[in-house]
Amino acid sequence: MTATTDAQQLAYIAGQAADARVNLELETEGMTLNIGPQHPATHGTLRIIVRLDGERVIAAEPVMGYMHRGYEKLVEVRTYPQVTTLVNRIDWLGSFANEVPFILAAERLMEVEAPPRAQWIRTALFELSRIANVVLFLGDMGVQLGAITPVFFAFRDREFVLNQIEAVTGGRFHPNFDRIGGLKDDLPKGWIVETLGVLDRIRTFCDEMEDLVAGNEIFQARTRGIGVIPADVGLSYGMSGANIRASGVDWDLRRDSEMGLVHRELDWKVWTHPDGDSFARYWVRLQEVREACTIVEQCLEGIPSGPVMAKVPRIIKVPAGEAYVETENPLGVMGYYIVSKGELVPYRVKIRSASFNNVSITPWLLEGVYVPDVISILASLYFILGDIDR
Amino acid sequence: MSTLTLAAELAYWQQTSIRAVVGLVAVLVPAGTLVYLFLFKMMSFMQSRLGPMEAGPYGSLQLLAEVGKFLQKEDIVPAKADRVVFKAAPFVVLVSTFLLVLVIPGGPDLVFIDVDTGIFLALAVSSISVIGILMAGWASASKYSLLGALRATGQLIAYELPLVLAVMGVVIQAGTLNMQGIVMAQAQGEIFGFGGIGSPFIITQFLGFAIFLVAVQAELTQPPFDMPVAESELVTGYLTEYSGMRFLMFFIGEFATAGIFSALAATLFLGGWYVPGLDPTDNLFNVIGPMVLMGKVILVAFLIFWFRFTYPRFREDQLQTLAWKVLIPLSLVNIVVTGVLKVVF
Repeated sequence: MTATTDAQQLAYIAGQAADARVNLELETEGMTLNIGPQHPATHGTLRIIVRLDGERVIAAEPVMGYMHRGYEKLVEVRTYPQVTTLVNRIDWLGSFANEVPFILAAERLMEVEAPPRAQWIRTALFELSRIANVVLFLGDMGVQLGAITPVFFAFRDREFVLNQIEAVTGGRFHPNFDRIGGLKDDLPKGWIVETLGVLDRIRTFCDEMEDLVAGNEIFQARTRGIGVIPADVGLSYGMSGANIRASGVDWDLRRDSEMGLVHRELDWKVWTHPDGDSFARYWVRLQEVREACTIVEQCLEGIPSGPVMAKVPRIIKVPAGEAYVETENPLGVMGYYIVSKGELVPYRVKIRSASFNNVSITPWLLEGVYVPDVISILASLYFILGDIDR
Repeated sequence: MSTLTLAAELAYWQQTSIRAVVGLVAVLVPAGTLVYLFLFKMMSFMQSRLGPMEAGPYGSLQLLAEVGKFLQKEDIVPAKADRVVFKAAPFVVLVSTFLLVLVIPGGPDLVFIDVDTGIFLALAVSSISVIGILMAGWASASKYSLLGALRATGQLIAYELPLVLAVMGVVIQAGTLNMQGIVMAQAQGEIFGFGGIGSPFIITQFLGFAIFLVAVQAELTQPPFDMPVAESELVTGYLTEYSGMRFLMFFIGEFATAGIFSALAATLFLGGWYVPGLDPTDNLFNVIGPMVLMGKVILVAFLIFWFRFTYPRFREDQLQTLAWKVLIPLSLVNIVVTGVLKVVF
């Protein structure tokens, strides 16, 4: 028996009582079904309590926190270079992208700018992690709807992207490559040519998915018109990323704000879709993968030469101050609000993760839909539990 | 087998035991072959992987290894489950499979019972599995299982009708409900005067064949009609609480039924044990008939499993819409056209 404080015991009892209340309330009408926390459809340990009337959902309540790892607290006892290792694991599919806003915020506080070569390579790796992340989604949404074959192709083609990331950073899933002031290392020889070849493979994969999955009549019947999110409702819930672009909102931080990466110097397009249903979310992400391939290509062809690390002291003490940087991560808008008191470790870091807000719309969205559509909608919202719970 | 004349007259108990063994073989061998060929190998190759390769050459003994694994598992019955119904459910599902194999002819004299209403008996008996599934879902005392069982019941009953109506076209064209009679009609029939390959009903009843395949896919609760066992939603639907040997019985039952329905389709539409060019009453067919039938079973099963591994699944109401609003009218049209053409020609 571990010794628990009074506060912890009270919190546990309150949690049980809340569960019981929910069960009591919901028991009077229809059937209460727990989707999760162990369930193949939720990308991790998300629990959704739905009250059903036959096959229709009357009310839904997501219960998060089963995967809370205390990142914001852990960060407070780690030095700034140590934080990038930790932060990789928030969105574990596109992990380089998690480091970037943190490093940019710290650089802003230190008033240091990474050299141009580092910025261009950062952008390329950022978009490669977007490709790795969303390619999995393209296959995975098929599995949620019952098409078990495309996900194998997704994993297979994703391996090539991960190999490229590993060639540069040393880690397939958790690169830990970004540093305040630049990057840890330069690109290996031959990497650019290899990566251009991998991008062709990803483009072929996207064509296949567009044909086999998005063009499949059953897939369209399961996703068109399902889970429509009007733009104003989405924005009021704080949705971001491809989810809100699929509702017609033309908003992309890479183009609309000075993020700190080199997207604004490149020629690429922001994709939106007017419908706002599950199919729109799938379609927008498909186009975004293609667009990411274009961006990486332009990055690799235009990398300037030079150093990859600015002059930064060995022991990093970030001056006192506050900074908030948001970036357009694969899952949506991710932001880090760093409060520094001039020490080796940050005083407080608030992590704004995209999936937390994306999931918060589920009670509104799931009302009145069929149980199979619940799965289709959750799959199309595309959240990652590490991102929700941190 | 009662019409088969042997060199020696066998005692009744010897005949019965031969029938029992052949019955088991007739159900389990197609099941095992289909599991290996399609589930282990074809699905893997479609998904750019190899599949089981360790147990036996090219993984051929994997199913035996799996049986061994399941045999030594703990027998778990959920605490709140209705024990008797829970334990009986797999047997009820298997009963319908074994009853189905009674009427399928493997050769001119190789059939368990040669009744005049063969195909009618087969279709009637295939509905018994619905009760088994309902028993499984209800007795599991789990909301997931109950949802799955109710979905399954609705689906299976809805797709019985296109199944039966698709077969009606064959029956009209053959002029008999007797399975041997249907095979003979295909063997000895002619297509507009050309009698070289007989008259396999797939050529004239292509619509019926398509409807039959779709209905079979739904009867087997395979994707795209696998709402009852929708893996990503209900874990395994009505099967969720079954583990070990009981799960294996459902699993083998599913593939055995797939094999038997494929055999039914092969008999009704592809000519059964008949190979064009030979005399249908030849005793040779008693020897090669089962193998010919097995070959046709593999062909039909290939189609069934190909759809299984490709398509996403329908939602329950879309599934029902397909059955009631699309398949039944189409099959009725098929019957009308067949009847008219039968009278005219």
